[in-house]
Amino acid sequence: MAKFFALTIIIIAIASAVPIVMHIWEPPVDISTHGPLIDAQMSETMVEAGICFLAAQLILAAFIWRFSNRAKGEKIKSFPGGARALVLAAVVIVGIEVLALGVFGTKAWASIYFTPPSANALPIQVQAGQFAFYFRYPGPDGTFGPLHPEMINESTENFFGLDTTHDQDSKDDVVTAELAVPVNREIHLLMHAKDVGHSFFVRELRIQQDFVPGLDLSVHFTPTKIGRYEILCTQLCGLGHYNMKAYLEVKSQEDFDQWLKQQAALQ
Amino acid sequence: MHDMSAPVVHHHAPPTGFIRKYVFSLDHKVIGEQYYALALVAVYIGLVLSWIMRIHLAWPGFAIPGVQYLSKTGAPGGVLTPEYYLQLMTMHGTVMVFFVLTTAPFAGFGNYFLPIQVGAEDMPFPHLNMMSFWVTCVAFLVALSAFFVPQGPPLSGWTAYAPLSALGQIAGPGQGTGQVLWAVSIAIFCVGQLLGSLNFISTTLDMRCKGMSLMRMPLTVWAWFITSCIGLTAFAVLMPACILLIMDHVAGTSFFVPSGLVVNDQLQTHSGGSTLLWQHLFWFFGHPEVYIAIVPAVGVVSHVLVTNLRRPLLSARVLVYSMVAIAFLSYMVYGHHMFVSGMNPFSSIAFSFPTLVITIPATIIVLIWIGSLYGSRLRINTASLFALGFISMFVSGGISGFFLAQPSLDVMLHATYFVVGHFHLVMAVAALFGIFAGTYFWFSKVTGRMMNETLGKIHFWITFVGAYCIFMPFHYLGMAGNVRRYQAFVDDFMGPLMPVHKFITIAALITGAAQIVFLYNLIHSRFWGKLASQNPWEGTSLEWSIPSPPPFDNFGGKIPVVYHDPYQYGVDADGKDYVMQDSPEQVVSARDEK
Repeated sequence: MAKFFALTIIIIAIASAVPIVMHIWEPPVDISTHGPLIDAQMSETMVEAGICFLAAQLILAAFIWRFSNRAKGEKIKSFPGGARALVLAAVVIVGIEVLALGVFGTKAWASIYFTPPSANALPIQVQAGQFAFYFRYPGPDGTFGPLHPEMINESTENFFGLDTTHDQDSKDDVVTAELAVPVNREIHLLMHAKDVGHSFFVRELRIQQDFVPGLDLSVHFTPTKIGRYEILCTQLCGLGHYNMKAYLEVKSQEDFDQWLKQQAALQ
Repeated sequence: MHDMSAPVVHHHAPPTGFIRKYVFSLDHKVIGEQYYALALVAVYIGLVLSWIMRIHLAWPGFAIPGVQYLSKTGAPGGVLTPEYYLQLMTMHGTVMVFFVLTTAPFAGFGNYFLPIQVGAEDMPFPHLNMMSFWVTCVAFLVALSAFFVPQGPPLSGWTAYAPLSALGQIAGPGQGTGQVLWAVSIAIFCVGQLLGSLNFISTTLDMRCKGMSLMRMPLTVWAWFITSCIGLTAFAVLMPACILLIMDHVAGTSFFVPSGLVVNDQLQTHSGGSTLLWQHLFWFFGHPEVYIAIVPAVGVVSHVLVTNLRRPLLSARVLVYSMVAIAFLSYMVYGHHMFVSGMNPFSSIAFSFPTLVITIPATIIVLIWIGSLYGSRLRINTASLFALGFISMFVSGGISGFFLAQPSLDVMLHATYFVVGHFHLVMAVAALFGIFAGTYFWFSKVTGRMMNETLGKIHFWITFVGAYCIFMPFHYLGMAGNVRRYQAFVDDFMGPLMPVHKFITIAALITGAAQIVFLYNLIHSRFWGKLASQNPWEGTSLEWSIPSPPPFDNFGGKIPVVYHDPYQYGVDADGKDYVMQDSPEQVVSARDEK
């Protein structure tokens, strides 16, 4: 039974590694400027994790195989170097490895969060509420009008609570159900939640950020490939959470300008 | 360091009457069995909930027979509504984390064996101990009662993030009464755990018999002691958090709700609260909580393993220091649950470093185990299989932590099935393996009969292979972007992943069925199992020096004196390869802790 157990561990360990090595289920192709850093970090971590995983499982299996059902005369042996060697190995090897991952990984994180958006980033407001995302563009005046939560009304489609009668800046704001952006242009998303916690996740963009009621948060990114990508809510927000999504449409500058004009006409 | 002074022992008379013996018992052993029984009921409830969830995910729209009787509105005709899936999911997590993983390995085994293993007749506060169980029992009943109120249990997950959990019924079905009952249940549970922790700590520090220095305590005692220290501080934070949440529901406060929220077109009147405050309070408890779940299992596995290696661990002292290091670090890492939560991104980096560093003591523990396996005389039985299986599972689950510890990777993996795979492997599977190892190992001491080895091995094989079949694929799903806490997968990219979900569900049903083999073995062996000798595993610690089952006062009035540490295996002692802790016999050994 011990040898069978050892074999089972080996088979499971190798079988677990196969889908990773063969890239069977993978994140989609990256469409952002900061994505390559994250993807490189992921690969690096996967290699190190993979080596540790396989080494630990295979050595466990080997020792189970070798040291069970021992013959009567065989002596008990101590692992060479004893506990001291193993502690040293853990501290040095694992310690260096994890700190290296931490230190180098900071660069990828910093590229998203520690650099401020550039001055000519396109600001777009995102509101998350049970169970839809809505987006607001500032219009030709470049300014967002103030929000009046008490004026939010789903049936009249006043999703943001804008007072276009009294607030000059709100008059030209464009509210949409789709997030369209021009390719290769930095986008500055200004995020707030209407009711409960939500989250904004676009796999291709390598961006995930929670909406926190009471906080105005933001992320910025530069999309690099034209296409249509799903925006998923990843923070449990109620019964419609599974179905709360929108689409990110990355368009050429001309297509984006045309789209914005069409959306403005629909307001 | 010797502790040569024996505590003052107040001998008490044996209990009489059914109620005092079996219901409101002051005996730590009965209390331990009661906790174990509660965990047993809870784990099967949690298991059935997981089956319902898995069937619904793999075959949405399938009418699951029987669920309509649990809730006519939640599952009309047996088909789950979106909200009911989330409600079952919330209760699955709550029941499993609190009433199984915090209860069985810690309160169950710990209550039974800690006093015996330190040579005490009982814990110093038997009445508080009895209260701790019954308070936990009340908490369990309050939690279950959420199923039977009109809108059912809450749907906010076991993590109950505000403001979803604080706004009341308007935020969703079950968020009114159900959420309040949940918070009340957890607050009561915290009280039970605090009482239990007090007893564990004082027993360990004050009730050790003569010769039982701290370094001569079995690793299980160290694990329970460390866990109760963590528990004291962690539950002490969760309880007020739950009380504040209850107040937001019933007292008109706004601890967790800011102003300006609009739900169903209605402007909420709350103001002044902080959404993130709940997350900080919850995770300050929540991360130490997962170590409360795993550290006792680490202790049990160490204890069971060394008995079956027939040689001392390379260094039990290093294991103790590693468990202490993990406990200490566990308070500094909680923010890794909040990397993308909107807290200051610098904080994310700050939390990620101790999270990475905690890998080191965890690795040391695994390496000490594997290193001790080298050159040993490994014995294979169901208990040792589960202990070895734990090592494999703990490695697998721990390594996915490498990824989640890094904020930059969490951007892709947060709230995906990768996280679900990670915590199920370390908590659900590894901690459960610790419970199983302890059960098969100590069953004979508690009942005087052996569990059936054949059934035990069948249970082990199906569970080991099955658990990997269920939870390893979760990691692949997560890497592909499968988001968690979805009752159905409607995203464009989910089509090719559905066969994986079906595979997982089938594996889950089979693995779950194997747990019925365990239950049968437990019950059948209790009454008709082969009679056990006093020390069938040839163990050295004090529980093996007393009859099976033990007398009410553990040592029959004769408190032991300890001369050795508990891992004197592989010695030559009168034809035996071990010497018991209370044996005055001096033997040549590799090292004998003082």
